[in-house]
Formats: sequence, structure tokens, C-alpha cells
Amino acid sequence: MTSTPIKKVGEASALLSVENLSVAFSQSGKTVLAVDDVSFSIAKGETLALVGESGSGKSVSALSILKLLPYPAASHPGGAVYFEGENLIDDDERDLMKVRGNRISMIFQEPMSSLNPLHTIEKQVGEVLKLHRGFSDKAARERTLELLAKVGIRNAEERLGAYPHQLSGGQRQRVMIAMALANDPDLLIADEPTTALDVTVQAQILELLKALQAERGMAMLFITHDLGIVRRIADRVCVMYRGKIVEEGPTRALFDDPRHEYTRHLLAAEPKGRPPAANVNSPVVMEARDVKVWFPIKTGLLRRTTSHVKAVDGIDLTLRAGQTVGVVGESGSGKTTLGLALSRMISSTGEISFDGERIDTRSFKAMKPLRRKMQIVFQDPYGSLSPRMSIADIIAEGLSIHERGLSAEARDKRVVDVLAEVGLDPAARFRFPHEFSGGQRQRIAIARAMVLNPRFVMLDEPTSALDMSVQAQVVDLLRDLQKRHDLAYLFISHDLKVVRALANEVVVMRNGQVVERAPAEEIFERPRTDYTKALMAAAFDIKAAPTGVVSE
Amino acid sequence: MDDALKDRLDAERRDGQQPEERAADIAREQTSGIAQLAPDSALTRRPRISPINQRRWRNFKANRRGYWSLWIFGILFFIALFAEFIANDRPILVEYKGEFYYPVFVDYPEEVFGGFLPTTDYRDPVNLEEINANGWMIWPPIRYSYDTKNLEPPTPAPSPPFWTLSKEERCAGYPQGVADPGCVIGNMNWLGTDDQVRDVLARVIYGFRISVLFGLILTAGSAVIGVTAGAVQGYFGGLVDLFFQRFIEIWSSIPVLYLLLIIAAILPPGFWVLLGIMMLFSWVAFVGVVRAEFLRARNFEYVNAARALGVGDWTIMFRHVLPNAMVATLTFLPFILSGSITTLTALDFLGLGLPPGSPSLGELLAQGKNNLQAPWLGFSGFLVLALMLSLLVFIGEAVRDAFDPRKSFN
Repeated sequence: MTSTPIKKVGEASALLSVENLSVAFSQSGKTVLAVDDVSFSIAKGETLALVGESGSGKSVSALSILKLLPYPAASHPGGAVYFEGENLIDDDERDLMKVRGNRISMIFQEPMSSLNPLHTIEKQVGEVLKLHRGFSDKAARERTLELLAKVGIRNAEERLGAYPHQLSGGQRQRVMIAMALANDPDLLIADEPTTALDVTVQAQILELLKALQAERGMAMLFITHDLGIVRRIADRVCVMYRGKIVEEGPTRALFDDPRHEYTRHLLAAEPKGRPPAANVNSPVVMEARDVKVWFPIKTGLLRRTTSHVKAVDGIDLTLRAGQTVGVVGESGSGKTTLGLALSRMISSTGEISFDGERIDTRSFKAMKPLRRKMQIVFQDPYGSLSPRMSIADIIAEGLSIHERGLSAEARDKRVVDVLAEVGLDPAARFRFPHEFSGGQRQRIAIARAMVLNPRFVMLDEPTSALDMSVQAQVVDLLRDLQKRHDLAYLFISHDLKVVRALANEVVVMRNGQVVERAPAEEIFERPRTDYTKALMAAAFDIKAAPTGVVSE
Repeated sequence: MDDALKDRLDAERRDGQQPEERAADIAREQTSGIAQLAPDSALTRRPRISPINQRRWRNFKANRRGYWSLWIFGILFFIALFAEFIANDRPILVEYKGEFYYPVFVDYPEEVFGGFLPTTDYRDPVNLEEINANGWMIWPPIRYSYDTKNLEPPTPAPSPPFWTLSKEERCAGYPQGVADPGCVIGNMNWLGTDDQVRDVLARVIYGFRISVLFGLILTAGSAVIGVTAGAVQGYFGGLVDLFFQRFIEIWSSIPVLYLLLIIAAILPPGFWVLLGIMMLFSWVAFVGVVRAEFLRARNFEYVNAARALGVGDWTIMFRHVLPNAMVATLTFLPFILSGSITTLTALDFLGLGLPPGSPSLGELLAQGKNNLQAPWLGFSGFLVLALMLSLLVFIGEAVRDAFDPRKSFN
């Protein structure tokens, strides 16, 4: 479906038009076509969303507009990028530098790594102004202040001297936006600007972008994998799949009547379904009373403990077999710390019992025999698998510790069985993690936990590093496994859509304390506190809460 | 059988239709644009060499220079290991009056061959004549050991390589000149002699062997100590790290050269004493790299995942963290190896190394320096050292490539 009508050069409505663009990457003699004959255009003041899953070529397309790819490893076998009638692909570096950051600017995904950690905010924002406008120090400072106020940084004056690490993720992304807007660009390219942020902050940033765009009439190319964002922010959508644009159209039309199979697949991919009904009579697997994790703050010469960071501050929890407790909250709310404390990976105070037995008094060493019954699935499937071990070794490791008597064949049999159970081809078990996609890796991590037949599994944001359609598959898999093995899940996530699909009971955390706790239906239908309402609004409608309810 | 297992078996029996569902699931994933893995070969059995080692070997071979260097070095080292059969002042096999003798392995008193000395000098013309009259013997290609003096040198020591001389000149040292039975190719000095009329080629072969062995043992030993020390510091961190680091700072500031001089005055200098002293200090080089890798890796999620499985600290260190920290160590290894060989050579050059008389490249270089009129000494020493160190570095590079996981994406 690449039969997009090609805009003529210099057509009045098109600010930027990309025509038949291809991008190839060559490495040691092999050439891979990452973007294949892609055409799209953006009119003044319009928002175009480029949607696709990781590896679909959406970021590469956007980066090639400003020729920011690693040349000469990357090359353009064909195509043109017309920006106000000028072909940027043919331009040399010097001409491009006049356009970059000036007429077209960019926001990247990682606010931490796209700001230089050694420069103050004033210097970073001011640099763009001095470079393109030749502003004096004083003028640059005034303009910087104005910009920071505009992007919603309070007390901008005090923030000028701050370094990136002193700002929160959302604030850093606001600074990035301020830098991008410094020279009143005609086009803003936003490459997954909210993916690394909390849902609540994401909603704020999107609202800000939308407002700034309306105010200035600039065009925006928005790259994302999240259809919820697209629906909210974009005028038109291009769906990319394996380097090609498979469908293009106005947002509403595309969402109401997707024509390409892949678009339909994407739309259908959001985590669906509801957890099975909770059974109050099933046995209690884990019970926690007044769990606290306080990290001491030591000051002075004698390193005396003067106060504490209360990461988890007095939480009660009951977890029954075959049921899921969802723990939600913004980052820094202590939800992961709670999970680690419950699975006794870090020290805590307060009573924790597992299968009716006190485990909080056990030393970490004495916990070892119990580890087979309590497993953890981590957030990042790229980080949680040892890159030098084959899948078979990774999965079998737990068996070799907890079931020593097992023969090599029997162990291999267990590995094969569990791989089949999580939906992977057991024939691939002698391969290494890097040969698998993110979703497949997460299945491997789940298989590693499941092979020991645990009773309790802590799931620490198991879906947040995955593409949407893979998220849905992993959620289905988890629910399936739970039903089959009567597992108790502690599901930690900031993504309420996924929590809704899995959890029987939801605990909303903030600053280490429980804000609200209720059965899932109730909390999703009738949230009581403002904080929970704000979380819901951000997750389901991508709406920002009034100032002060959530962090920024 | 425990309940969980029973449940599981029941569940599997219940879900008889599972394979189709799973296949559908996999098919869906394959058609949905998620990066793919299409198994091109069905690995249904565990291969004898694990795939990672197969891949490492492929990567190693892909570095042609390193691969050829390994072959050349391997052959040279193999030959040098059997130096006694290549360059020796006694025959490999003697048949004398119907009996076989193995002089390379056994010291026979001279009375066996009709003499009276406690050991036999097979290069003695009298003994030669006696044995050849009553049997035969097989000599190594070079009839000199590293400490054998050539008693019939063509010129005063140091004498030049024989191929620079005419036939008459070569045999000038022998009583009967060209016609002398001693003036055969095996008695020629291919690389000349040093200033104590010892055959340079024989000394180079033995010197190569001792240098490589010294380097390998020293590197292996210090790697074991250094990696363990670095791993412990990096993995446990905290006070262990703090105290250990201070200890290393003090330890590494001890001047090794003075210590060598002092110890050489107390202990008789020798291969093992020298190795021991060097090893006391050389392990420190590994600690920094390994410690840094462990500090970085100990908070990786797969290390936490292993902890969550109940894996012990030492297993985590050596199974999970070390293989991933090994690349940095291996990058270091060829340099440590060639460094220790260079150090040994330097000490020998200064006369602080192996005891006098030992075959040593450093001593050869020192002789080259003292005898500028005999350039074959310096050249031989230099070429052997340069060849050996280059080969080792090339092999090291290929090893590093082999352990690089990213290479597999090519």
C-alpha cells in the first residue's frame, strides 16, 4: 500500500514531503534495507504520527530527514526529502546545520541521555540560541527563561543553574522541548518523547506539546508505538511495517476503519480480557504485615543516621493462590522495592509469611531452599538474561540448584516442556538470548521462573519494555499459566491497561504508602482518591491531572 | 510426587490440543512484524561443542591473521618443546656392539663405550670413532645443546654463521680441514656462535622455549590470582573493596627491581624463583579491569535474576559475571603475556634474570650489544623476539574477537 499520492515539489500545503525514501544499512558486505520506498508529507500546523513496532523503520525514517544517521554505514539508495522545496538529502553538512535545530528540531526518547550531564540547563538551552541566532549571553538568558516558563517549568529562574540529574524525567523532557522550540522551528520531530516517562507525566508532556503546537502553528512529526497517543494527538497517521508505510489516513478514519491487516492487528493488540474471578477461599500464599523498607541517610563525619528514605512505609498485603495483586504507582513510589522486600531480595522490617511460615526472620542464605517456590520476572528482557549462556542453560540453572538429583536428560525434558508451555520452539533452546526478539526473551524469562513450579511469582513490569502487540501476548500467556498452575502473582506496573487485564486486587502506591486499595473492578470503575483518578485518566484517556495531584 | 508437579502433569494431559494453539501463537508472532527467529537448523540434541564455543572458534578463524599466527606459533612451540631432539650434543639413538642406547634420556658413563669418565662426551672425536667403528648413531639435526662449546670454531669467538664462509674457512678449526669427519652440516653453526663459542641457533631454540613457558605460566598464574582478587573486590564491594584496594596500592608501589636484587642475593636465582617473584606483583595488573567489570555487572538484572533463583555468590561470580567480564580480561591477556616475556628478556639483558649459562634471549641481546662486530648475535635475538611477540599479539587479537558476542551479528 505504498500508493500514497506523491506531492509535487513545492506544493503549497506541504511543509515537508518525503518522497520514495529508502535507507539501507550495510555491515561487512551485507546490506539491509531498513526503510523501503517511503513517502509522506506534512502540511503546516499538522501533526503526522508515524506508528509501528520496534524495528519497523519509523525512527530511521525520521532521522534521515535531518540526515542524522551514521553515514556512511547508512545510505539512501533513493528518494528525496523536500523541505520547503529544498531537497535535504542532497544538501551537504553545512547547509543541513542551518536547518537542524533551527527550522526543524527534534526531541528524543531518553531525556537523561539526550541532555549533556555536565552542562547546566541555562547553557544547554542557550547554546541553541547562540548558535543559530547569535544571541548575546544576556539575551540568551532572557529567552531561555521565557522558554522554560512556556514549557511549564516552575521557578525557572532557580532552575537555570540546575544540572540534568537534579531534574525529574518529566522536567528533563520539558527542557528538551524548550531547546527544540528555542528557534521557533517550522517542524518538530518527536521521536517517542514520552516512552521513557510515567503515564501521568506522559499525559502532561503530550498536553504541553499540543498546546505549544496550536500556539505556534508548527508542524509535528510524532513517532510512537502507542496507538493511544496517536489517537489523542495526531491529525493523520502513517502505519509502518517492516520499512514500508502500509496504511495512511486521517486518524479517525484509520481507527474506525483500518484497511490493512497489520493495522487491524495493531489495533487489536491492546491487552484485553479480565482476570478470572477472585476466590476468597483459596489458600493464602503470602501475607505481609506492616512491611517497611527504610534506607538510612547518613550525614556528617561520623556517618550518623540522621533520617530515612521511606521507600516502603508500612504496607499490608495478602496474596492468595491463583490470584493477582496489582501494585501500581508512578516511578519512585516504592512498588518495585515492595516486591523485592516481599521476595526477600532486600532487607525489610515487618512480618512476611509464605505458605504459613515466617520468612522475614530467615537470613538470605536460609532463603535459598524457598527460592524455587518464589520467582521473579524482571522488567527488561534484554538485561535479565545472561548473554553468555544458552537458553537451555539459563532455564536449567534453577533446576540444577533446587533439583540436584535430576539427570541431564530429565532436566532437558523439563526445559523442553516449559519452553513449549510458554510458546517457544524448544528446538531453539541451544541459542543465545541475543538471537531472540524482546517478546521471545520475556517468554524465556517467564520459562525460567516457571520451570521450578513456583507458587508465587513477582512480575516487575514484565510488559513495559515490549511492543504493544507483544504485551498482549505476554499478558495472555501469564493469565494462562496462572490458571494452569494456580499461581499467586504480585504484578507491579505503572501501566494500568495491563494491570486491568490481570489483577484481581489493586494496590495504589505513592511515596511508599498505600493510597487506595480495592478489588480491581471497583477501583477501575469507581476510583476514590484524586491520585488514583489522575492515574486512570492518564492511562486510559491520556489526560493530564490538575497540577499538584501527581508528580511532574 | 509433590502437588505442584501433579497439577502440572494433569494440566498437560487436559490441554491435549495445546500444540496447535502454540503453533498458532508462534505463527501469529511470526507474521506480526516482531523481529524474528527462524531456526534454520533444528538443534534437537545438545551438540558436543556448545554452540557458543563453535561460534567462538568460527570467529577466531575469521581473523585470518590470528588463525595463521596460531598455527605458526603452535608449530614453533611444539618443535621447541622437543628441543632436545632438535639441538643436542648427544645422539638420539646409539647402536654400539649390538645394543641400543638412548643418550637423550639416560646419562651413560663413558666406560660403556670404552672410556673412563663418569659421563660420555659424544662430541669427543675418540668416542665418535669408537662408536662409529662398532655401530652407528642418529644425531639431532643440530649437534649442539644450548651450553655446548664448539671446540673447533672456524674463527675466534664469536664466529659468524657458516653460510657466510667458504668451505675451507668453515672447516678451518678441524685438524684435517675439509676432509675431517667432524666437518659435517650438523656441526655447522647456522647462526654463528656467541662469545663463548656456543651455538646461537641452539640457544635461540631453548631460549624461545623457556621464554614462552615462563610467559605462559606467569600469565596463567597471575590471571588466576588477579581475576579472583578483582572478582571478589568488585562483587562484594564495600569494605572488602576498600581495604583490598589500599592493600594493592601499597603492594604495587614496592619496587620490584630492588626486591629482585635483594632476593637474588639470598635465594639461588632460577626459573621458579624468578617466576615466583614476578608473580607476586604481576597479578595486580588484572585486578583493576576485572574489578571494574564486576562492579558494573553485579547490579545487572540477570545477576539479580540468578540471585532470585537462589544461585550462590561464587556461582554467580564465575558463571554469570565472569564470562561477561572476560572480554576485557582477554583484551589484556596477550599484552600481559608478551609483557612478561619482555620483562624476562629485560632482566636477562641486565644480568638479573635466569642464572648464567641458561639459554636466554635477553642474554643473547646483551652479547649482541657487547659484540657489535658480530651482528648475527643481535639480529638473531631481535628477530626471534619480534616474531614471538608479534605472533602472540595476533593470536590475542583473534581470541578477543572470538569472545566478542557482537561479532555474531555479522
